[in-house]
Amino acid sequence: MSIWEYANPTRFMQTSGKLLPAVTVLSLVCLVVGLVWGFFFTPDDFRQGSTVKIIYLHVPSALMAINAWLMMLVCSLIWLIRRHHVSALAAKAAAPVGVTMTLIALATGAIWGEPMWGTYWAWDPRLTSFLILFLFYLGYIALWAAIENPDTAADLTSVLCLVGSVFALLSRYAVNFWNQGLHQGASLSLDKEENVADVFYFPLLVSIAGFVLLFLALVLLRTRTEIRARRTAALVAQERMA
Amino acid sequence: MIALLRRDLMLAIRVGGGFGLGLAFFLILVVLVPFGVGPNAEMLSRIAPGILWVGALLACLLSLDRIFQLDFEDGTLDLLATSPLPLEAAATLKALSHWLTTGLPLTLAAPVLGVLLNMDAQATAWLITSLALGTPALSMLGTFGAALTVGLKRGGLLISLLVLPLYMPTLIFGAEAVRRGADGLAATTPLLFVAAITAGCAALLPFATAAALRMNLR
Repeated sequence: MSIWEYANPTRFMQTSGKLLPAVTVLSLVCLVVGLVWGFFFTPDDFRQGSTVKIIYLHVPSALMAINAWLMMLVCSLIWLIRRHHVSALAAKAAAPVGVTMTLIALATGAIWGEPMWGTYWAWDPRLTSFLILFLFYLGYIALWAAIENPDTAADLTSVLCLVGSVFALLSRYAVNFWNQGLHQGASLSLDKEENVADVFYFPLLVSIAGFVLLFLALVLLRTRTEIRARRTAALVAQERMA
Repeated sequence: MIALLRRDLMLAIRVGGGFGLGLAFFLILVVLVPFGVGPNAEMLSRIAPGILWVGALLACLLSLDRIFQLDFEDGTLDLLATSPLPLEAAATLKALSHWLTTGLPLTLAAPVLGVLLNMDAQATAWLITSLALGTPALSMLGTFGAALTVGLKRGGLLISLLVLPLYMPTLIFGAEAVRRGADGLAATTPLLFVAAITAGCAALLPFATAAALRMNLR
């Protein structure tokens, strides 16, 4: 029994079919608990007032925007090295979810930025690199959509994902160099002491868990759809040959 | 290898379109800017580095879909892929010939256009240096983008979407170097970054380009 067995679409469909309802329910529970707790049962921040509560959407979505790309990178590598179709389809399925997360992060950031910084948008390193990430997602999705042969599309988008990752990282540091900005430091980090008070911290963790599970559920669902679409296409092709 | 380079250069010059078009586009863009933002000399000289860099980038973009498209249509690309010359080398040569026909002329034309935007001599020197260091990276990234979209019917618009985000770091460091140079600040650090990007592209992108070409030709 190894992880590679899930490269078999039938096997993947069986397992993900059982997993999907559980993950969906769990993510909904986490999201509802995290967001309701965050929005209604935490005090207002003494400086930011009630606007602080946007972090329950902003931080998790920003986190998932980056991790979705990371997942696509890993899937692309697996596809290029071991040529497992499920992996390529999972990368394809993750891209629209990732771009939506990026958009949520950008939009909630803008809504929060208006009262706090006095502007919806600033050419600040973090904001700008997120915008660039958004463009990378768009290019990736467009390339998938433009190529008809699914294997070629998977190959080319994987190469684009590899090169794009390098340049996304490079842009991240380039914009840092280019302009010093308004954005505060990381709210959460593994190696430093937390910058978020405990009252905000626990609901934030729950809603992050909710977003991770939501991402997982959406990717599983979309990958299943892709596999079914692929099977349908194969059946149609078979029919035409006969 | 030399023969391939010569062939590409000859084609670029004789067939027309690619060679002069980029330069003409660059000129038009620079002429349009004062109409857009007003003829205030001080402001123009302040935004000149950015305008010239963005203009060079867009002019580069314009000729990208020609790199492989014609060769793909008449079958030359298949011959190149089966020839003893490694496809990586062919990709490098294609990028080189693209640079010789767009990047180099753009670099040479930039100081003249800098005069139109009221750039001072000091900034112009930095502009030439940064363009000379940065445009090879633009050509190589563009060749990669062209290789990704070579089999597609309408690749032109897609190339811009794929390639422009990749251009971002080069643009940031290149324009930053000129801006710092114009203000009399130390500009070597961004210049070194531009050079590093170009060197990194030269080292890695031929492989990505060749891989993309193989996938498209399969």
